[in-house]
Amino acid sequence: MSNSADRYGDMFEQLDAKNEGAFVPFVMVGDPDIQTSVNIIKALVAGGADALELGFPYSDPIADGPTIQQASIRALSNKIKTDDCFEIIRQVREAHADIPIGLLLYSNLVLKRGIEKFYQDAVNAGVDSILIADVPLREADRFIAIAKQTGIKQILIAPPNASDETFAEIGQKSQGYTYLLGRAGVTGAETAVSIPASELIDKLTQYKVAPPLLGFGISTPVQVADAIKSGAAGAISGSATVNIIAENLSQPEVMLEKLKSFVTNMKSATYK
Amino acid sequence: MNHLDSKFGDYGGMYVPELLIPALDQLEQVFIDAQKDPEFQAEFMGLLKDYAGRPTAMTLTRNLVSNPKVKLYLKREDLLHGGAHKTNQVLGQALLTKRMGKTEVIAETGAGQHGVATALACALMGLKARIYMGAKDMERQAPNVFRMRLMGAKVIPVNSGSGTLKDAVNEAMRDWSANYDKAHYLLGTAAGPHPFPTIVREFHRMIGEETRAQIMEKEGRLPDAVVACVGGGSNAIGMFADFIDEPSVRLIGVEPAGKGVHTKEHGAAIGKGTKGVLHGAYSYIMQDNDGQIEESYSVSAGLDYPAVGPQHAYLSDIGRAEYVSITDEEALNAFQLLSRKEGIIPALESSHALAHALNMADEAEDGTIIVVNLSGRGDKDLAHVHSILGDQIHE
Repeated sequence: MSNSADRYGDMFEQLDAKNEGAFVPFVMVGDPDIQTSVNIIKALVAGGADALELGFPYSDPIADGPTIQQASIRALSNKIKTDDCFEIIRQVREAHADIPIGLLLYSNLVLKRGIEKFYQDAVNAGVDSILIADVPLREADRFIAIAKQTGIKQILIAPPNASDETFAEIGQKSQGYTYLLGRAGVTGAETAVSIPASELIDKLTQYKVAPPLLGFGISTPVQVADAIKSGAAGAISGSATVNIIAENLSQPEVMLEKLKSFVTNMKSATYK
Repeated sequence: MNHLDSKFGDYGGMYVPELLIPALDQLEQVFIDAQKDPEFQAEFMGLLKDYAGRPTAMTLTRNLVSNPKVKLYLKREDLLHGGAHKTNQVLGQALLTKRMGKTEVIAETGAGQHGVATALACALMGLKARIYMGAKDMERQAPNVFRMRLMGAKVIPVNSGSGTLKDAVNEAMRDWSANYDKAHYLLGTAAGPHPFPTIVREFHRMIGEETRAQIMEKEGRLPDAVVACVGGGSNAIGMFADFIDEPSVRLIGVEPAGKGVHTKEHGAAIGKGTKGVLHGAYSYIMQDNDGQIEESYSVSAGLDYPAVGPQHAYLSDIGRAEYVSITDEEALNAFQLLSRKEGIIPALESSHALAHALNMADEAEDGTIIVVNLSGRGDKDLAHVHSILGDQIHE
């Protein structure tokens, strides 16, 4: 089975028609447990998320700050396995046929399962894209090859410090969307995004990269609006979303309400 | 693209966020330039000789081996300034830091030996050092924390994960990805993303080169085997590098078997691990069926690491080097034997290599020559070993 849908393409087309940018929340799959995680992701959709960016818990997440590390630890201490993560996503996909679902994870989870099996399992669960945080372009070819075979879109990261050669290569190889890094460092709401200069966006346009979604340090509607004003196709917010989960673990109903209204607020900043 | 080979067979590579690629490329370029620059080499060699105390001695053991026709030599990295081989490559990388115009150094440390080496090199060269250390390790290795601070380094406790070396590496990489403009990540072993395994090997290869010259002078021939302990594998690759193309010399790496490789409490990544990525390199690692990294264990903090440098993984696969393991108990015995028979207190790490070499010496044919890399001295381990052995030591 391969994935022939182009949910990202459809999403960007529809948003363009409505003159909106995309708001994409990130949460850790399996945080804090299977059932709550399914409810959390459904709440994000109910709040108005245009797409979902979902992490898989990993023991050694070198690109993540403390908020997302803690989310991994919560899931792993509840014995969440990769199989559970795919099952959670399958349930979300069953409820929401059209929303683009992307994975953001680390290479060892993919390599241990086998690249081909991992991507096939992702397709079967209803995943549209995979971004591997510790696979730079230089190591990406064998992942991209399997992505093409299975119909998964391999998402590439465009960091602010990249060379022109890197941007050009992203232009050739990117599919779905491009994860535009708003700043150096690791994930976290502690350090705010720096909205990219128009030169950076111009460069991305010049090299014809897939539509850029800005991430890292996005936690307020103002930052979402600024990202879209600067030319990004949308914004991704991870740590701010995960913080709501962390702060409301003892009251899941309140947590789901807060997540929903957070997403609604952030989404409303995407109207141009 | 890379100028140096970034892989050893399938092993190694650069499994890091795209964000770090420019910093790794810059490091590779400055290393290539420095290796060709006679001024850099002269400065490095000068520091090794006049500051660190190279060449280190090669000692023929007198009382340790029962068969008088088997010779066991010790390459005395324990005599190096700082107390272990670590000083070699730290001086090299500190010079590279200055050459890149960076003023800050980030490092990780487990037992504290790499942290101490980093602190001394940064004190010497006027660099600002911050060193990540697992909170648990800081407790276990309090004297080394004090040493680092005494030499002006900032020691930052790491509470995330298991609070040991692997988590300190994670934290150092996170710091580096925010501060690569002015800070160099001075990685402490022959692991991590390219170009670190190559740089660390080249800055330790004098261990093997000196060994070759010294053994030729004393014996007129190459040794039959060189033996070194392997955690990440920096002292071992430094010892092996000059002998890889000498098929008559057996290269033997000794991993920590902890409480036994049949238990979960060991650090034998090559012996019992499987292939995967940790800290930027593809190698043998300790992991579960999902690819979550498992915690390693060893009585010696310097070997307590759930992965191994990628070149060791390669040397093992092609059969050029052999990797064996030694338990805590065997290492502790060797620790005491060397102290009692030769008046040398070895590091617990090096005691693993020694323990295996002693087993080899027992069974060796007459005329066999074995060299053990005595990678560090045991001062740092005294309190720990005392707490384990207690009153078992008698006069």
